[in-house]
Amino acid sequence: MKKLKTDRGAKQNKIETKAKYTVALAGNPNVGKSTIFNNLTGMNQHTGNWTGKTVANATGYFEYRGENYQLVDIPGTYSIMSHSEEEEIARNYICFGNPDVTIVVVDATCLERNLNLVLQITEITDNIILCVNLLDEAKKKKITVDLEKLSQILKIPVVGVTARKKKTLNELLKATRKACEHKEKLKTIYQVQYEETIEKVIRELQEILIKQYQIKPELARWIGIKILDGEESIIEEIENQLHIDIGENYSKKNKEGKDDDSNELKTIKKQITEELKEKGITKEIFKEKLVTTMVKNAEEIAKKVCKFENKAYAKRDRKIDKILTSKKYGIPIMILFLLIIFWITLVGANYPSQFLFSVFGNIQEKLIQFATYIHCPEWLSNMLILGVYQTLTWVISVMLPPMAIFFPLFTILEDLGYLPRIAFNMDGFFKKACCSGKQMITMCMGVTKWEIF
Amino acid sequence: MNTRTINTLAIEETGIVSKIMGEETIKRRLLDLGLIEGTKIKPVLVSPSGDPRAFEFRGGLIAIRKEDAENVKIK
Repeated sequence: MKKLKTDRGAKQNKIETKAKYTVALAGNPNVGKSTIFNNLTGMNQHTGNWTGKTVANATGYFEYRGENYQLVDIPGTYSIMSHSEEEEIARNYICFGNPDVTIVVVDATCLERNLNLVLQITEITDNIILCVNLLDEAKKKKITVDLEKLSQILKIPVVGVTARKKKTLNELLKATRKACEHKEKLKTIYQVQYEETIEKVIRELQEILIKQYQIKPELARWIGIKILDGEESIIEEIENQLHIDIGENYSKKNKEGKDDDSNELKTIKKQITEELKEKGITKEIFKEKLVTTMVKNAEEIAKKVCKFENKAYAKRDRKIDKILTSKKYGIPIMILFLLIIFWITLVGANYPSQFLFSVFGNIQEKLIQFATYIHCPEWLSNMLILGVYQTLTWVISVMLPPMAIFFPLFTILEDLGYLPRIAFNMDGFFKKACCSGKQMITMCMGVTKWEIF
Repeated sequence: MNTRTINTLAIEETGIVSKIMGEETIKRRLLDLGLIEGTKIKPVLVSPSGDPRAFEFRGGLIAIRKEDAENVKIK
């Protein structure tokens, strides 16, 4: 659960204006990105829209060794190649947001799947830090990840952390600082190599992009791939951001743009597409080949660095999962869990509520005494004390305790990983109402609020 | 041609992915999750209502609805 504060203190403003480096935080969903974000930025955060999109990147600020950093939490995705809204935002930020460094957070317990995204990002930028999270979880499951070897293969800095323990984040901060300050020293990093026919055409496009548009080699390679991949939204974004004429619509939209049909890039693109077609590689097959190569690369790397010491590690987890999602017990257990939480929230909130009432009540009496003492006119003291003060304090006394109890309890459920199980249990029922199981969680939050009133 | 999908796999029965069908968006999504040709996949959990089922592949566990799983053909 993201604790987003809109309160902007003086201190934050100070950090904000002085932020020297921008750091992007990417990763798959549910790898503890938000935990890292919250632990690094603390209260110094607020949501902000990037290029006016609806799904927002959260932005926060932190200070490390005298330098101020801006941290941008981009939406968690499995991939940045397709066109869901989150993926688009994530991709656009990494490509065109110009972060000084991109931290990619991965889950040590399923590195292989996570590496897919890492490899995609290595195609876009060479300034990456790989942050392997949930090492404690992996240890429990008897999975070891050879971080050093991973760093050697990918040729990027790799740090291992357990995001819940703030101390372990120190290594990450150190690596971030180093990456921001010594950008030029980075070596060429690991790149997925496709089959030779594809590599050849990518190189052709890359050369033109570097020569004619002065684009950095790695980015040129990526753009080359994307030109052939032909995803509309990506191409449009590239055109707009870098003012390159690739698609059919560019000159129409940008009147001031160089409008020449003899554009070398377009001619070669056409040639290449024809060439590939002759070899039986249509657009669709091309895309599939890209993904397949990527996944296979991830598999190979994972094989080299991950060791599963105990193959039966998942057995106990699986047993618990079976019970939590079984036909017989799944839903009763879920209802029980939620009832317990509601009960603790409702009953537990009474005591602090009463306490707050009495404290505020005492202060109110003092205030009335004070008002009489300074001969304040009755209409004014009534308005301020009985009107403003009393209403405000009653709202606080009623609302604050249940929230202060409910949200931490819910966070525990979240940390236990129970929420995805609820979604899994409920998805079938919710589908009939045309929404996904994730709605259940939103509904729960809604319910406690109704109960209070 | 044999056109079994992962929906026909029994719980704990392993299948090997042969092809991903379906329209662009869903196909891309499934590929991105790592479901490519040759991937070993095994359903391990069923939701109380019977749909979705959770599949284990590539060291992870992912719930896939029947209508989406229909697109994953196995050998």
